[in-house]
Parts: sequence; C-alpha cells; structure tokens
Amino acid sequence: MKTREEIFNILKQEFPQDVLEFQNIPTEPIITVNPLAIHRVCLFLRETAGLEFDTLMCLSGVDDANGEKTNDPDGSVTIKGGTLSVYYHLHSMKLDHKVTLRVSTPREDPEAESVESIWKCADWHEREAYDMIGIIFLHHPDLRRILMPYDWDAGYPLRKDYKNPEFYQGMKVPY
Amino acid sequence: MALKTEEMVLNMGPQHPSTHGVLRLEVELDGELIINVKPHIGYLHRCFEKHCEAMTYPQVIPYTDRLDYLSSMYNNFGYVVTMERFLGIQVPERVEYIRVIMGELQRIASHLIALGTYGLDIGAYTPFLYCFRDRETILSLFEMTCGARLLYNYMWVGGLSHDLHPDFVPKCREFLKVFKPNITELNNLLSYNKIFVERTANIGILPAETAINYGITGPMLRGSGVKWDLRKNDPYSIYDRFDFEIPVGTGAQGTLGDCWDRYFVRVREMEESVKIVEQALDQLPEGDINAAIPKRIKPPVGSIYGRVENPKGELGYFIMSDGSTNPFRVKLRGPSFVNMTVFGELCKGHLIADVIAILGSVDIVLGEVDR
Repeated sequence: MKTREEIFNILKQEFPQDVLEFQNIPTEPIITVNPLAIHRVCLFLRETAGLEFDTLMCLSGVDDANGEKTNDPDGSVTIKGGTLSVYYHLHSMKLDHKVTLRVSTPREDPEAESVESIWKCADWHEREAYDMIGIIFLHHPDLRRILMPYDWDAGYPLRKDYKNPEFYQGMKVPY
Repeated sequence: MALKTEEMVLNMGPQHPSTHGVLRLEVELDGELIINVKPHIGYLHRCFEKHCEAMTYPQVIPYTDRLDYLSSMYNNFGYVVTMERFLGIQVPERVEYIRVIMGELQRIASHLIALGTYGLDIGAYTPFLYCFRDRETILSLFEMTCGARLLYNYMWVGGLSHDLHPDFVPKCREFLKVFKPNITELNNLLSYNKIFVERTANIGILPAETAINYGITGPMLRGSGVKWDLRKNDPYSIYDRFDFEIPVGTGAQGTLGDCWDRYFVRVREMEESVKIVEQALDQLPEGDINAAIPKRIKPPVGSIYGRVENPKGELGYFIMSDGSTNPFRVKLRGPSFVNMTVFGELCKGHLIADVIAILGSVDIVLGEVDR
C-alpha cells in the first residue's frame, strides 16, 4: 500500500515530462497528467509491480469553466478559453491503494488519449464524458453519444455554457 | 450448392417487460446464435447531474432517490456518507445504526425484486409473488418510519428526517422471524428447481479477471468468486462492528461465474443482511438523531470520491465543490451502468433465449443506467 504522494514520486521519476504536478488538497490529492500521455501513464500504473491498479472506479468529465465569461443578453453565459478536465479514480484491489489523476485539455480542442484498452470499464464512461462534456478520446473504438440521442447536435449538456435548443426534430424543447 | 445464409439483426425493446425498463438491445444473430449484442441506453435520461448543479447540497438527496428507485435508501446513504466525509461531520451513534438497519432492509427488498423478476423472466410466476409479499412488509416498515414507500428522502447530511416509530423495532424483529424460513421456501421453489437450474447454470459465464477489468462490482463480481465487498474491504459507516460473511459464487450447479451463481449470491446475501439487521437492532443506542445536522452546508474547495456497497454494486459519488452552496459537479458512478458494459461480452455465443436469462442476472435498473 502506497500513499498518493509516493505514487506521484514514482510517476514523476518515470515520466518527468508528462506528469505535471501534485496538488495536495486535503479531501482528495490530485495528480495532473498530460492528456496525450494518460494512456502510457495508466498502463504503467496497471503493469508495474507495487502499483498494480487493476480497477478504474470512476471516470468523470468536468467543465472547469475557467475561461473568459461573457454574459449574453438572454441571461445565458458564453465561455471562451480555459479547460475541460477528466478525472480518473483508480484503485488497486490487490494492494488496496487509490489515486486520482486529472488531465486538462483546452476547451477549443479537447483531446485526451483513451484508456479503454487498459480498463474496459472506461468504454462507456468515456462515451459519457464525450456525450456530456464533449471531450474527444483518441483511439476509442466506438466514440458515440450514449445518453443523449445519436443525432443531438445542440452541443454538450454538462458544459456550463450549454444552451437548450429551441427545437429538436421539429419538437419544441423548452416546456 | 450450399444455401445462402446471412446474419440477422433483431431489435429487443425498448418497450418489452424482459428488458427491465426502457432498454433497447440490438442483437446480431447467426440463426439462433448470438454474434454480438449492442445495448442502446438513454431512454430515461433526465439530466440528474445537470440538475444537481442547480440545487443546494441537501436538495440533491431527493434526486438520488430516483436513480435506482428500488434501492432509494442506499442511494441516500451513499450521498450522505460522502458529504459527511467531505464536511468532516461525525454523526451520532443512533443515526449510524438506523442507517445500517434501513440500508440492509433495502438490500433485502432490492434483492427480492431481482430474484422474483428473474424467475418471472424465465417463466416461474409463483416465486415472484412470494418475493413481493415479503418486500411489501419491508415497504410498510419504511412507510412507518418516514411516510414514503418508494422514494424516501430519509437520510440527511448529518442525520435523518425522522426518528424510528416506537413500533418499529418489534415489527422489524417480527419480520425477520417470518422472513428467515421464507428464504428456505424460495430456495425450494426456485433456486434448486430443475427447470430454473437448467436455464441458468453454465449460461453467461463471467471469469473473475474479465469482471475486474470491466469494473464489475456487487453480486456480479462475487458470483465470479471474488471476495470483494466494500462493507468489509473499504468500510464506511459502522459496518466494521457487525459479524457477517461475504457470500461468493462456487460454481455449485455448473461453472463458476454463471447466471445461477450470481442469482444464488443474492439469495445468500439476504441471509447475511438479516444477520446484520438483527445485530444492529440488539445494539441500537438511544440518542438525538438531529444533533449533527449542520445549519449551512458549504464544503471546502476541492473534490471527493465516496463509494458504498449498493445492493447492485459499487455506488460512487464524485462531488466537486467551488466553495459555494451548490455542487460544482456531481458525477454518479452507478453499479447498473458499469455492470451493463459487460453484457455484450456475456451474451456472445449463447442462444437468443439466454439473453433474457443473462440480462436478469445482471440486475439493472434503468433509472440509474440512464440517470
């Protein structure tokens, strides 16, 4: 069993370029990783003796809403710039330790590597993050919408600046 | 000259009783053999996570009721346990005990539905009625406690909405006394029934390694022989005080990790839950249930991931706070949602009638899959 700080030090040594920082927030310490290296980092976390993260507990997309906000006349907000993030909660059943990883991608070009080939569990979670937040997972075998209709073209509902469309398929949306 | 054959696509659902809600399965068939199953979900999507962002922290609780509506108590439980860890609240002993009692009764009720409808899917009508009879008593106990039969909003951050009714303890003991022989009755009716065993043994085999890689939890994982239960392995609340077993699949009727194993793990879990409730009733302390309810809930900036052992598996809440009274982001990791991912894999190579048997053994509630 290792603490999150020890895990960070191991990762930092292995990937000095791609493992960016360790935020020691008391409720949940977070390790930030380069979005295009998350696959390599996760594979290392699963395969290395002494780490052996065999399960992905949860994968969540988050709109950080840290860009430039402009208020529109109709009361809604438009956000430009800033980041969208993905949080990975990993757990090792064998060694009983946990770690939280985060990748942050630019809002205008949100791309992260998929970890589906490491934990099959990520398949639907990544589809959901794509569906709700709009993060593109590179090398995901089947990146389609999952909860929203397949032909939903009004954007990504869990973004903080999401606007409901007037009509969907000729049906009025706001009720 | 050989006859020309081609694969067929069959659409099951969304409106079909055996899909346990509104689920559409796109089944690719070669004759009667299944090549591939693609589940299509989202028919019950009602933006739980988006709603949470507009609510204050206590206002989220009624929404959690409506996720897995067959185990509402436990959804409340998961949320309040996570929030209390986030806020650093220590709740009174009595509250902890009442929560465990309610949680375990809810586990029995949820498993009764799982088992009853599983029999129903496969063609056994009678056990379904027996299961619902017992579940009815549990619902009456809940109604006596908080006035609601299905969606309780009972557990609050730091406390409970109501204390126990004076009649609750004797009524609950009476139920347990009646219920214990009923499990044996269910076993005789369904579990060891020849037709039922033929339909479920050696069907939908889930090897332990696949299960772990897919993130499968709950009775499904234990059915594959993995002794993993968050109540023991990552204890929360006061589960470390009780003496109970973690039942695992043994492959008694066929292969380890088949539908029958998953079914029987649920039956044995009910026995364990009865044990926990009995112990909790014996130890139930007196006290004020409202002592630790905070006036204002404002967690520190940061995030937390909390998980509990829901009747169906690991129920996780990922809550992010920006320091205001509303959550910045709530993500629900539902056991039904994750357990459903392996469904296509389980069906491959089986006959079309087995799809129903496998789906029943996964035990999903679409309210939680779709959120």
